[in-house]
Amino acid sequence: MKAYLSRRYRLSAAHRLHSPAYSDAKNREVYGKCNNPHGHGHNYIVEVTFSGPVDAATGMVVNLADVDGFMRREIVDRFDHQNLNQQAIFEHLVPTTENLCREIHRIISAGFKHAKLERVRIEETSNNFFEISE
Amino acid sequence: MSMVLLTRKAEFSAAHFYYNEAWSQQENERVFGKCANRNGHGHNYTLEVTVAGEVDPVSGFVVDLKALKEILNREVVEVYDHRHLNLEVPEFRSAIPTTENIAIAVWNRLNGKIPGARLHRVRVYEMPDLFADYCGEA
Repeated sequence: MKAYLSRRYRLSAAHRLHSPAYSDAKNREVYGKCNNPHGHGHNYIVEVTFSGPVDAATGMVVNLADVDGFMRREIVDRFDHQNLNQQAIFEHLVPTTENLCREIHRIISAGFKHAKLERVRIEETSNNFFEISE
Repeated sequence: MSMVLLTRKAEFSAAHFYYNEAWSQQENERVFGKCANRNGHGHNYTLEVTVAGEVDPVSGFVVDLKALKEILNREVVEVYDHRHLNLEVPEFRSAIPTTENIAIAVWNRLNGKIPGARLHRVRVYEMPDLFADYCGEA
């Protein structure tokens, strides 16, 4: 009996979209306001979905305490109230929400072993969101 | 003809707790934490039921929304709302009323009862930040 469990987390962070491969003029053209040299920020919502059989003993796909513990330690504590551009993983990677989604998916896939990661979905604002599924 | 998905929401408020009788008190508390308190606690649940079907060329509907609402009310809301799930709802005498098991139970209550449409997904929100999906057996 395969079911899906999803949980949402909030993190507030700053970023600036700027690619060293482009000239300053090209950066302004491609990224617009997001290229503001001083950066800007968002209240991100990170929604993670895990799947698996419902364990007969617990009634659960995955124990929420395990999910919350991992997500708090590895994602929220790492990114919340930080400047994404200053994070090591974004040293050579533009911190678009696509790339943030990919990095968070990679961190969870590599580190969380209690259930299968189905999807990471990040809402950058209430009007735009990004998803990565395995 | 085009297949269209249609989703209807409903809400119910209920009490529950998580406890496996086969385990010691200590093991229940280790696995379920605060949810193992047998006095129970409660939530305002939101249910999203998605059905799939062809759009009827005459009515323009996938399913009659009024009929769907009545089925949701009769089969789920009237059974679960303002009840203690562990103590008053038959399917949770043998299954712990986790969000996952509620999604499966709602699916089993609704599957095959919606005229003209196929049940596609049941999503149960325990809180705005926590939900479970069940789409039947693959």
